[in-house]
Amino acid sequence: MTALVQEAGTSGPEGAAEKVLGGERLDFSEAWALYEGAPFHVLGRLAHAVRLRKHPEPAVTYVVDRNINYSNICVCGCRFCAFYRAPGQEGGYVLSREELARKVEETLALGGTQILMQGGHHPDLPLSFYEDMLAFIKGRYAVHIHAFSPPEVVHFSRLENVSVKEAIARLKAAGLDSIPGGGAEILVDEVRRSVSPNKCSAGEWLEVMEEAHRQGLRTTATMMFGHEEEPRHRLEHLFALREVQDRTGGFTAFIPWAFQPRNTGISRPAQTAVSYLRLLAVSRVVLDNFDNVQASWVTMGPKVAQTALFFGANDFGSTMIEENVVAAAGVRFRLSAEEIRRIVEAAGFAPRRRTMDYRWIEES
Amino acid sequence: MNDFLPPSLDGGYYEKLGLGSVCEKVRAGERLSLEDGEALFQCSDLGAVGALAHAARARLHGDRAYYVLNQHINYSNICVNGCRFCAFGRERGDAKAFELSVEDILEKVRQRLDEPLAEIHIVGGCHPGLPLSYYEDVLREIRKLRPAASLKAFTAVEIAHFARLAGISTLEVLLRLKEAGLSMLPGGGAEVFSPRVREILCPRKIDGREWLRVAGEAHEAGIPTNATLLYGHLETRRERLEHLAALREQQDETGGFTCFIPLPFQPANTKVTGVEPTTGVEDLKTVAVSRLMLDNIPHVKAYWIMLTVKLAQVALHFGADDFDGTVIEEKIGHMAGAESEQALTRSELERVIREGGFRPVERDCFFNAVAASGSAA
Repeated sequence: MTALVQEAGTSGPEGAAEKVLGGERLDFSEAWALYEGAPFHVLGRLAHAVRLRKHPEPAVTYVVDRNINYSNICVCGCRFCAFYRAPGQEGGYVLSREELARKVEETLALGGTQILMQGGHHPDLPLSFYEDMLAFIKGRYAVHIHAFSPPEVVHFSRLENVSVKEAIARLKAAGLDSIPGGGAEILVDEVRRSVSPNKCSAGEWLEVMEEAHRQGLRTTATMMFGHEEEPRHRLEHLFALREVQDRTGGFTAFIPWAFQPRNTGISRPAQTAVSYLRLLAVSRVVLDNFDNVQASWVTMGPKVAQTALFFGANDFGSTMIEENVVAAAGVRFRLSAEEIRRIVEAAGFAPRRRTMDYRWIEES
Repeated sequence: MNDFLPPSLDGGYYEKLGLGSVCEKVRAGERLSLEDGEALFQCSDLGAVGALAHAARARLHGDRAYYVLNQHINYSNICVNGCRFCAFGRERGDAKAFELSVEDILEKVRQRLDEPLAEIHIVGGCHPGLPLSYYEDVLREIRKLRPAASLKAFTAVEIAHFARLAGISTLEVLLRLKEAGLSMLPGGGAEVFSPRVREILCPRKIDGREWLRVAGEAHEAGIPTNATLLYGHLETRRERLEHLAALREQQDETGGFTCFIPLPFQPANTKVTGVEPTTGVEDLKTVAVSRLMLDNIPHVKAYWIMLTVKLAQVALHFGADDFDGTVIEEKIGHMAGAESEQALTRSELERVIREGGFRPVERDCFFNAVAASGSAA
């Protein structure tokens, strides 16, 4: 027992832990004290306490969906990305309507309820291309479209020379249901300038989300950590999200991912499982206004993702009928809905299939 | 833990989880009963179980996490036992059967002579034909090539098999192998001691009582051993706990167990059907309960070959203190579908240990720190 105490020190983490248990909000220095100073199990226990307070029912949600990457052609050239092709480079593609239709049909046939559609920053396609794509899908299929991360929206609006507000309104009118939280990476500009210099700024990312929330679209938020950021930048990211959420309440969930270095321009060992669980846990205690935190089996594997259900996560993510971006970085895990249910049950929770906005779907 | 966590999360917390008395016993360093073990397995809060195991582990080992630079050699996969859970064994004449000559084995050892290995780990099937002199030669010749490395070789099952083939006692086998250079026995072949499960899975293998007898005999002959548990197939949690209790009892008598190694069953390519692979929570709970039950066995291993590196690192917080080695050429687990990497380098292994919050200590097979390692301090 004493080892835990010695590890913890006496002042910082203890006070912060008291506040978490009392349901009080943490400031930056308190969050830092926990992230840097709290023993592993203490951090986990605090996160689990917050998770149980928000979701007293012993349930874990998941969604049946598919990632559709409509194109990998991208002018951004982010150093952490193994997926994109530069314009003109061999291997670039834009999905045809037929391919798109087939992928949606397969998703529905597998009991899927939504598609997650994202792509590169294509240099030529006009906003009408994306509007037509949405209208095409919506005209044929009853499926929730969770699409176009904030950097894509900013890119579309620049290319089209319209405001972000107008771009979102037009996409929404064409059938967009919600916006995925991708492209957040680390929401600190000094980090973004180094790892993704051509991608939208932190402020722009947050502004897209705030505007989307104002227009009635729900969104998620992600973080990709473990590349060139400092640990404090991860907390700055969390606090930036918390501030927007205070104003809008539009984020449904937070999803941290560990950077996967293979085939990318950043040479750095992958984050370990313990680092991931610590980050997940501190996210759960800082983001007191987020209902849901998602475990990432795609990057951590099913065993660590299952463990994450005791470190703040209450959602197991998606079946990912198709996933291309992480796979391009050499990490391939596969899970069926059946396997997800087995893993969730083995951890002592009831698996619940959900929609994008975290409503449970009754199983027939 | 008390001094740090507010009362609502500590004593009362375990009370609410039904682990109040277990928590008190762990605090006081008292022995846990089988019922305590069952309560730990049944606890809905994985972290609570892990924190108790971590406290027991920290009391024994502080923030040290051990690893070894070693070489695994499987001398043959030909085996007369035909255990249903095994994806490695082959019958003689099978197209995939192999059998290394003494010279083949020495060649494998020579290939890595420039590495400062502390241990050579040698196991194989229960081969129907190889004489005891083969095993003696293997040990003697490796000793000549690598006088500084410890030779951890031949499970209790193999020892009993050698004795039967040679028509001599297991004690005589142990003494002859020790004379030839044997340092220690690995812990394999224990599987689950439950006669019910062994009858189904490995009816031709020595029973649990015989396994323990050979291990105890080795201890008394000055040969330490490890001990394993193969879990996640047909056994109940109660049978797992009985296995741990049997090891604990043997250890009280002969004291020679160095490290306990829980091994999750990997069902792919085996003859055991209808069994799903273990999940992470089950793996971590089994490590934790093992640490808490086995109060007289000093070390618990997170065998990353079976657990994956990621989960093995987490297991260091759930009672494990050993990360095993930079294993090269491990065949038994991988043939059953283990998804881990084939080998880890020393720097990668140390990085994983450090990022987990522990201090890496390079060890030999007896868990003595290897003084020459620049990083053990």
